[in-house]
Amino acid sequence: MAMANDLAQPEKFFLNRFGMNESALELILGSALERKADYADLYFEYRGAEGLGLEESMVNHTSKSVAHGVGVRVCAEDRTGYAYSDEVTVDRMRLAAQAARAIADRRSGAPPPVAVGSPVARHQLYELASTPLEVPLEERARLLHQIDEMARAADPRIHNVMASFAAERKIVMVVTSDGRIATDVQPLCRLNVSVIADDGKSRQAGAFGGGGRVEWSYFFEGDRWKEYVRQAVHQALVNLEAIEAPAGEMVVVLGNGWPGILLHEAIGHGLEGDFNRKGVSAFSGRIGQRVASGLCTVVDDGTLANRRGSLNVDDEGTPTSRTVLIENGVLRGYLQDRMNARLMKMEPTGNGRRESFAHAPMPRMTNTFMLPGESTPEEIIKSVKHGLYAVSFGGGQVDITNGKFVFSASEAYLIEDGEVTRPVKGATLIGNGPDVLTRVSMVGADLALDSGVGTCGKDGQSVPVGVGLPTIRIDGLTVGGTRA
Amino acid sequence: MAQVDPALAEWALDEARRAGASAAEVLCVSAESLAAGVRMGEVEKLKSSRERRIGVRVFAGRATATASTAELERDGLRDFIAHTVAMARLAAADPAAGLPDPALHPKRLPELDLADGERGIVGADEALELARTAERAALGADPRIRNSEGAEFDSGRYEIFFANSNGFAGGYDGTSYSLGAAPIARDESGAMQQGYWYTASRHFKNLEDAAAVGATAAKRALRRLGARKIKTTRAPVILDPDMAASILRALAGAASGPSLYKGASFLLNRLGERIAAPGVTIFDDGTLNGALGSKPFDGDGLPTTRKPLVKAGVLATYLLDTYSARKLNLAPTGNAARAVGDAPTVSPTNLYLEPGAISPEEIIRSVKRGLYVTELIGFGVNAVTGDYSRGAGGLWIEDGELAYPVQEITIAGNLREMFNAIEMIGDDLRWRAAVVAPTIKIAEMTIAGE
Repeated sequence: MAMANDLAQPEKFFLNRFGMNESALELILGSALERKADYADLYFEYRGAEGLGLEESMVNHTSKSVAHGVGVRVCAEDRTGYAYSDEVTVDRMRLAAQAARAIADRRSGAPPPVAVGSPVARHQLYELASTPLEVPLEERARLLHQIDEMARAADPRIHNVMASFAAERKIVMVVTSDGRIATDVQPLCRLNVSVIADDGKSRQAGAFGGGGRVEWSYFFEGDRWKEYVRQAVHQALVNLEAIEAPAGEMVVVLGNGWPGILLHEAIGHGLEGDFNRKGVSAFSGRIGQRVASGLCTVVDDGTLANRRGSLNVDDEGTPTSRTVLIENGVLRGYLQDRMNARLMKMEPTGNGRRESFAHAPMPRMTNTFMLPGESTPEEIIKSVKHGLYAVSFGGGQVDITNGKFVFSASEAYLIEDGEVTRPVKGATLIGNGPDVLTRVSMVGADLALDSGVGTCGKDGQSVPVGVGLPTIRIDGLTVGGTRA
Repeated sequence: MAQVDPALAEWALDEARRAGASAAEVLCVSAESLAAGVRMGEVEKLKSSRERRIGVRVFAGRATATASTAELERDGLRDFIAHTVAMARLAAADPAAGLPDPALHPKRLPELDLADGERGIVGADEALELARTAERAALGADPRIRNSEGAEFDSGRYEIFFANSNGFAGGYDGTSYSLGAAPIARDESGAMQQGYWYTASRHFKNLEDAAAVGATAAKRALRRLGARKIKTTRAPVILDPDMAASILRALAGAASGPSLYKGASFLLNRLGERIAAPGVTIFDDGTLNGALGSKPFDGDGLPTTRKPLVKAGVLATYLLDTYSARKLNLAPTGNAARAVGDAPTVSPTNLYLEPGAISPEEIIRSVKRGLYVTELIGFGVNAVTGDYSRGAGGLWIEDGELAYPVQEITIAGNLREMFNAIEMIGDDLRWRAAVVAPTIKIAEMTIAGE
């Protein structure tokens, strides 16, 4: 791992580690712009990660990885050339620059001079005294054992416990042809608990987890890890009692927190700049139009301290920001990276993200959530004669072109005459992005963000994200159960 | 191509032993690729890559650690390996951990024709032209196709070398080519639908014609236009080949060793029992010549095999690596999958449902009222219980004819019931991926809509 004192100035870390200097960077950027291109950037990444896992009361999985590399990007109008290598040498980078610039036309004159600028000011959202990577492995293993003991002691029907802890630190540097240099050190960790319950008749799984850009002590504040265990055990045991889920359109109440995945799928992806520039999103050309009930204000905010979806600067070196997507029901904004913002004549929003040096950036969400309303969760439930109350979800997916999205409930209950009654089996909920929020008739005051487990996939790239939601009532959503 | 260096692998094994490991494995991977994309006739992206990584797994008795790095300098690698051995010492001794029985390693490796020796990486100009041809065919297919998410041609080459302290060492190289197109159709109301189609192979010459890929994608977009929601009902469901393959993948996941020993599978204790209709036979075959999922040895260095996973409806085997086989007191099946730096997991190799004798058109004709599914989205498959609920799109069948497109509906059931209810199997098996199936008809499922 890199020494901590190197990291006060991450740019020095890369320059020292790979024997680079400013003139080498200028040479490579100059080579990238040799043809008629608008822009070029270099993305350096060094990532160290460690994981350990417990199964059958043994911490029997330990792993670590070190990855580093550089990506060279050249943009000319709406074309992108990208080349990367895990050998960070001047020769390799020149070859990458040659490959990336092939998308640009030949130019007649000499390319403009390139000068490496001074560092971009970044937020300070996760300046940790130490990351979990510095905590002795034995101590991390001890927590997994405590989780195992607590879950097994919680109920005799808990048949198996799996727990894992993963931590990483990513050091990144972006050097751009328009004279910016941005660096960041990005810690991230996640603790997961999953259990299998067996009552002799059936088996069910339950899972919960959390984390973020946080220190090890985070998991012990208010015994947070114990809450993860309780939630996982609760979900598995509840599902043992679950009856068949209903099928058809009905009133759906979403609990607060992680059910915000609704916003991510139904709204967020459709508002990413690339899809809208190309006119392929169901939201294309709809800024200023009403797409939600007046109770709904939805934002994407990459500037929340210590959150999994937050970044000091995005992966193009733009400081992250808070973007209002929907304001009192009206569509206000898109999520932009630099290229799409330039082509759409808008401002970048700090949403240019990539999985690693092996990928070109694109517009992605950070933490996406709905602002709170005024109802209490009790009022919302009480208002429903017959419906579904869904509190936990697995994954979701969206077809951005026709707007249809799904998300799959992993813990849900019937609401009968204003009361939460029997648990039902997991079912997929399906709706239409541009109109689902028009059916929101109540918004709770209880906004919560998720516990820090979200990973979003787009075009083969995974990035950590967050979501959040107050309790909301949706007056009609199709529930994909088996009971027709 | 950056060569994988067997000498480096042998040196790393020695280093692990010097650092105190009782056994070790080294996996070296080197890969390069070029992806070329066009959109609306213009170049949209070119992406070229080059990667070399080394992964090690070390044992301190029955305790283990895995690691991977892009640092290939021996000085740095020596410390890295020593640290990995130290990590292993901190892990719990696991009675099932360890290298495979040395007698099981292959003596000779089969020649599986995994690499296209003639083509290698396809150059940018030719790759762009293939993508352009596919997209042009899609855009020219119908005036309602006026937009596109583009077309992309990818080619890649990789080389793998694996060695362990049992004395097994082996390597192979492979190539892959793919071409996909995603045109967008739009109707008078302004509603849009995307159609996607692709072709993929290890051999360039086996790819489907570029213009045909674009034309099929266009057809798939056009037939979705005007899609509507239907009333909630129960009805027969036909899965097109790609959708049928997706339930095969779900079945393979539940039949995989790690799901079983964790108790997280609806196929637990079902070996030798009927789990599907008698007409269902599913093979897992890692030895098929030139196929996308073939390899001469698996992630444990054991031979890949050909065996039925399901034979005439009966669950004939589980899919196992060395570790999960030991946990379950069974023999490994050559299904260890390995990413550099991860412990082995299990995956199918080439998994396919044996085709029947009936055409997809005849299957559709057999349905009076039902659903022909061409799209599935979401993750609503529970491997522990088999419960199944996913977002669907496709065409509604009336009196044996595809009548109109439908969307914003779900199909739900349980994988156990769904496999038992497979009434018809089509003759249209095509090798476009490692997991493939022909069209199938499921007697009845719940369809949720309005």
